[in-house]
Amino acid sequence: MRRPTIRPALMLSSALVLGSAFSALAEMPEDVTHFTLDNGLEAVVIEDDRAPVVVQMVWYKIGAADEVPGKSGIAHYLEHLMFKGTDKLAPGELSKTVTANGGSDNAFTSWDYTAYFQRIASDRLPLVMGMEADRMANLKISDDDWQAERQVVLAERAQRIDSDPAALFNEEMNAIVFDNHPYSRPIIGWKDEIADLTREDAIDWYDTHYSPNEAILVIAGDVTPEEARRLAEENYGAIPAKGEAEPRMRPQEPTKQTERRISMTDPRVAQPRMIRSVLAPERNAGDQEKAAALTVLADLLGGSTQTSVLGRKLMLTGKALWVGASYDGLSLDPTEFTLSLVPPQGSDPAKAEAALDEAIATFLKDGVDEADLERVKTRIRAAQVYAKDSAHARAYDYGQGLATGLTVEDVNDWPDILSAVTADDVMTAAREVLGEGGGVTGWLMPEPPEEPMAKSAPPKPQTPEVQG
Amino acid sequence: MIRAAIATVLTLLALPAHAIEIQDVTSPKGIKAWLVQDDSIPFVALDIQFKGGASMDAEGKRGATNLMTALLEEGAGKRDSTQFAQAVEDLGARMSFDVDDDTLGVSFRALSENRDQAGDLLAMALTQPRFDESAVERVRAQVQAVIRSEATDPNSIAAKELAAQAWDDHPYATSLNGTQESVAQLTRQDLVAAKNRILARDRVVVGAAGDISAEELGPLLDRILGGLPEQATAPLPDKAELQLTGGTTVIDWDSPQTVVSFAGPGIGLDDPDYFAAFVANHILGGGGFSSRLMTEVREKRGLTYGVGTVLATGLFGQSWQGGMAGGNDTTAEAVDLIRQEWGGMADGVTEKELTDAKTYLTGEYPLRFDGNGRIASILAGMQLIGFPIDYINTRNDKVEAVTAEDVSRVAKRLLDPANLRFVLVGRPEGFDATN
Repeated sequence: MRRPTIRPALMLSSALVLGSAFSALAEMPEDVTHFTLDNGLEAVVIEDDRAPVVVQMVWYKIGAADEVPGKSGIAHYLEHLMFKGTDKLAPGELSKTVTANGGSDNAFTSWDYTAYFQRIASDRLPLVMGMEADRMANLKISDDDWQAERQVVLAERAQRIDSDPAALFNEEMNAIVFDNHPYSRPIIGWKDEIADLTREDAIDWYDTHYSPNEAILVIAGDVTPEEARRLAEENYGAIPAKGEAEPRMRPQEPTKQTERRISMTDPRVAQPRMIRSVLAPERNAGDQEKAAALTVLADLLGGSTQTSVLGRKLMLTGKALWVGASYDGLSLDPTEFTLSLVPPQGSDPAKAEAALDEAIATFLKDGVDEADLERVKTRIRAAQVYAKDSAHARAYDYGQGLATGLTVEDVNDWPDILSAVTADDVMTAAREVLGEGGGVTGWLMPEPPEEPMAKSAPPKPQTPEVQG
Repeated sequence: MIRAAIATVLTLLALPAHAIEIQDVTSPKGIKAWLVQDDSIPFVALDIQFKGGASMDAEGKRGATNLMTALLEEGAGKRDSTQFAQAVEDLGARMSFDVDDDTLGVSFRALSENRDQAGDLLAMALTQPRFDESAVERVRAQVQAVIRSEATDPNSIAAKELAAQAWDDHPYATSLNGTQESVAQLTRQDLVAAKNRILARDRVVVGAAGDISAEELGPLLDRILGGLPEQATAPLPDKAELQLTGGTTVIDWDSPQTVVSFAGPGIGLDDPDYFAAFVANHILGGGGFSSRLMTEVREKRGLTYGVGTVLATGLFGQSWQGGMAGGNDTTAEAVDLIRQEWGGMADGVTEKELTDAKTYLTGEYPLRFDGNGRIASILAGMQLIGFPIDYINTRNDKVEAVTAEDVSRVAKRLLDPANLRFVLVGRPEGFDATN
């Protein structure tokens, strides 16, 4: 661990007063430690002794975008099966043991990673590390469990996707935005492909990808770095790596030449909603400046109803019921910059979209208001102070960053890189993602009223249409 | 190894609530707050709760408190919506306003370096909200959009039906958002009246945590709340009597899944068997993967992604509720299982179930206090309910004292399947039309 410096609290608050004073890249925060075991397991420890709580997370650098065509959903299905036991643990015993010790546990799957975590009293850390290490190496999937669990996954899909038109619409949007990159596939998988996944598929996935050298261990909370390291060595150190970690190469998205539009109509939709999505670069190791500019751009455009550019131009004027901009650079491969819009009730959606186009065009012409930029940066700096209140959230930041190809240094540097974004950076990024061409615009529409007969038949519920 | 670790659980429980020291603070103007001071991060979190919540709506003004609450961040004093939000952002402060059936809540975060200025802005929002016409119309339209969305959301449809059957003419019976019609008719005068019915010093409790001393908190409380009226203009709502009957209500909804909501009689926090019910709920459906319902409905049969129950104990009424979603073709099987497990609790629980439940519930409690934001909200919640300041030190003893007999007794009293009402939204097979 580095010597304590005056950096953390004092420097943050003075930076806030001084405004945009540029600082050199961040050093390792004094409460964060980083090391790698001999078997390749990378670990980050965040010490926070304010409460006798600890969070353990294991992030595997494998996700839905690493699946082969036809086997969509296997990453997420295996995540479910990881709770089905080992030689030492009966099916469900891991969660039950965590619960019986007053803790909670869960797991989540994304395109780029699959992660498991427990939150528990800090004197129980050895217990959960022992169990997590056990299932890293010794998963057993019995004949009794895999089919019932596949039904659970299908029920999960039915509940979270098939019963929700907005989720179905997002799935369709995604499949258009990405047509070559596997981000086009739903994380949970296509329904028919989930139904065909087998125990062998799951075991093969586990044997190929669940290895210490393709995983990240994050421990956050009431534990010293020395103790955490000792426990990591003791529990994970003996697990052999399954060969060399392979580079994560996926088919990339070609440059888009055309604008594409889709629309979907569903009687369960209460009001029209538009999403416009454009491909955008992600945060990369040692190269996060463009992503920082895009992050600031999203905040400037849509961060707040009352103060953002689009909020003021469209919501405060009644031209839109709701408008937003969003971008998340934590992604292994290029991601999306999206704009969302809900037109005022009873108005022509095309008119609201035109107003959005006009607001964007005006922004591209006028540029960034310096006072707006300064406020966004003040919010970012304050957010850093508030973020220290949750060890769990900090664990998430490091885990997700490392699982999407960043280094610990990149994660540490990020707030300073955000603070260094200039108005020119923002406008350069804005012209790239908001300029002409290449985007996908999708409308999710309620069923039209029965009476007036349209010239052509109204679209059938849940049938996406691809135009252009 | 696992067995050894479980055996050590008792040592954790024997620990006091790990030195959480709550200070009882009274401001120069007499406003009370509970404080946990911790200067390790340079900010303070305040959780401010006004009793009554949306149940303070006046007769015929359903939705007024909700709309008023949403407008508190839309300009105050000399600042319009944009100017007010800019002023908050310039300080790096955060404030959000939320309302539920029981309370109107304010969550406030301010950096130590400028917390007085941030407090002044919050005071403006609470005492001099502008309710400008343009903001009222904009937020009104957003609320009406939410009401439209709820009308096509099966979870909301189920919740509304259950509440309507449960609470008769109490405000709990209807959505705090109001209806299209009631919200359309609200005037600026109604919003001012709604504010005066709830935003007063006789209705407020405050939890504070973070980088502030008791001496500093008093003046901050006066800054923020000192300008509020002494008393609210309307009495708190009456207690609501649960009107539910046993049976099944089916609401037709075109979806591959049926949303299942169910409820029966609940229990008050002052009831001597409250903690017995609390433990019973954990075993029945509150305990995630370890609960009886999750085991039977999800783990063994794969009929749902998740099923759970909760003691829905509000300030003005209580029920015991649960919910799940599952395929239309298997809903009947799931409903039968739920009814069976609901009634089966009266037959008793095993010693292992009881021990596991108590170990979890007592072990989980200290883990909640991990951050200024969470502590502030727990402190406000305790005062809202009327718990004593030493509750955190006695709470686990109350859980520990629950016996298997206590659980059976409270289950016999409350978990009678004959009193359990199901609301099914979907196209479940094997059910006749509404009965």
